[in-house]
Amino acid sequence: MAYFEIDRLSKSFGKSKVIDNLSLSVRQGESVVVFGPSGCGKTVLLRLISGVLRADAGDIRIDGESIAHLGPDHRDVAMAFQNFALYPHMTAFENIASPLRARKLAEAEISRRVHELAELLRIDHVLGHTPRELSNGQKQRTSLARSLAAPPAVLLLDDPLRNVDAKIRYEMRLELPRVLREYRSTVFYVTQDYKEAMALGNRVGVLYDGTFQQVDTPAGIYGRPESIRIARLFGDPPVNLLPARPELSGDGRAKLRIGGSDLVGPPSLESLVGRDLLVGIRPEDIEVLTEPAEGAIAVELDALTPLNVRAVMLLRDGQGTEILASCPEDDRPPLSRGRRQVWARLDLGRALFFDRATEMRIH
Amino acid sequence: MIVKAVRAVLLALVALFFLFPIFWVLLMSVMTNQDILRSPPSLIFEPTLENYVALISGQLDTSVGTLEVAYMRNLMNSLILGVGSVLLSLLLGVPAAYAFARFRFRLGENIAFTLLSFRFAPPLLVLLPLLFYFQQLGLYDTYFGLIWVYQLITLPLILWIVRGYFEDISEDIEHAYRLDGHSWLATFLRIAIPLARPGIAAAALLAFIFAWNNFIFALILGSSDVQPVTVGALAFITASGINYGQIAAALVLSVVPTLILALFAQRYLVEGLSLGAVKG
Repeated sequence: MAYFEIDRLSKSFGKSKVIDNLSLSVRQGESVVVFGPSGCGKTVLLRLISGVLRADAGDIRIDGESIAHLGPDHRDVAMAFQNFALYPHMTAFENIASPLRARKLAEAEISRRVHELAELLRIDHVLGHTPRELSNGQKQRTSLARSLAAPPAVLLLDDPLRNVDAKIRYEMRLELPRVLREYRSTVFYVTQDYKEAMALGNRVGVLYDGTFQQVDTPAGIYGRPESIRIARLFGDPPVNLLPARPELSGDGRAKLRIGGSDLVGPPSLESLVGRDLLVGIRPEDIEVLTEPAEGAIAVELDALTPLNVRAVMLLRDGQGTEILASCPEDDRPPLSRGRRQVWARLDLGRALFFDRATEMRIH
Repeated sequence: MIVKAVRAVLLALVALFFLFPIFWVLLMSVMTNQDILRSPPSLIFEPTLENYVALISGQLDTSVGTLEVAYMRNLMNSLILGVGSVLLSLLLGVPAAYAFARFRFRLGENIAFTLLSFRFAPPLLVLLPLLFYFQQLGLYDTYFGLIWVYQLITLPLILWIVRGYFEDISEDIEHAYRLDGHSWLATFLRIAIPLARPGIAAAALLAFIFAWNNFIFALILGSSDVQPVTVGALAFITASGINYGQIAAALVLSVVPTLILALFAQRYLVEGLSLGAVKG
């Protein structure tokens, strides 16, 4: 049963359509991550939901009732802002208490709730400070506490971890789901970091060109992206896209010519014979070998970058096409730095096939 | 070392140059007219408070007899006019500034510019028609009439200065307050105004000084009943001579309120601006 519904929402600024016929249904208590490149309209979408902006067309419903005509103060929607948007002339306590004061709760009840939240978010020791005396991490927690103070029907989080340092970001990524579970709000979480999207959402909506291009579980979007653009946005290092045209070999199986070698494709490829494709292969689906092997193409290793626990290798095939491969640092082939001849085995069974003209994935 | 010393000397010279007239006026205010007019001027004289006594008592003794002066009343008038017109301007100008800062509406910029353009035209241009209007409407020689016409001076100042401060407040902060469940009026009163307070204080102070210093409107549109000190000082140019001592004392007294206000507001302004209140 849909609890929160966005129904064919549109919003233009001048001639540019920022949100174009966008729809989405969300269950109660579900976390949806809105993921998209910067400037794709994520923030506009949140502003339309919060009521700060009015949509040109379409409807927004909570529990079946339209809220599109209501002002931001009557929507039962709370938001944590990317730049925190704390009230500089009030203490952290008063910032968090603000939604409770709007609801005219008794002073004792306000105090109890603020302290409870502050404890949960571990900012109880700085409640008496003004925002400029808080660290970025504390500001972020204060702004989150404020948005949770009067548990809203829908909670909007606008890239809340953008402006905090890496350590706090990791902490909060672990902590947020716990806090949000406690409040059972329906959550819209906006981010442009795909790792955050993977970590936080029951579902991820990929937003660009004014509408959701794909809505799926994080694993679904990673494993079955609808288009080349989504595949590229989702994943780091990004997916390899190799142009190829499958052909039938003598034994009736489809083969792909990649890097000057003929590779045998999965059975699903047989129906695609003769079409111009882009073959998408995730870097982790490429095995780098120091010896020639069956099904491995000869490539040159251009660069090797150890990235924390993963190593990323930049390979170049005979035509000069760059291919990225990655593997756990511990499993990486014993290679010293510097250019050298290696072999790459592509796991075509896990490859994504895109039509080269439409850039859409072929099912 | 030398650079420092030179700088100190130069600064002292500049300060002396600008402060000397004030110093001289202070001296004159405690001199008799005879001392003031002595040639060459001398710093050795018997200080007297009779100029101040004359101002405060309202009795001006001249060679031809005693004149009534309404100086204390003028001072009161200045306060009434200054405070009244600044308060009215704040009441009208601050919400208007907020509207111009936050909302785009038809002819919005034109209206804002029209209000600013009041400052372009020399007052003399509108004075005569204004006088006729005022006499017709019964506004001549009333506080209300003068406060109204002072809006030409104070309203554009407040509107344009405060508008800039409102524009500097992050819209997200106001949006956050709305989302907390507060009405837009509460947001205006409890977020926008407190955060723009340093700007409002600066604009109010500036408007007050401009209103206080105004001469021509009050000269033409009011009688001595409502005239401020700027016009009242004319009374010391009498048939029997110019009473420089009283003029100087009148000046000193008329500077005091603005000086106190400026000193008070300066501390407040510096504090407000250095808080970086708006940046959060």
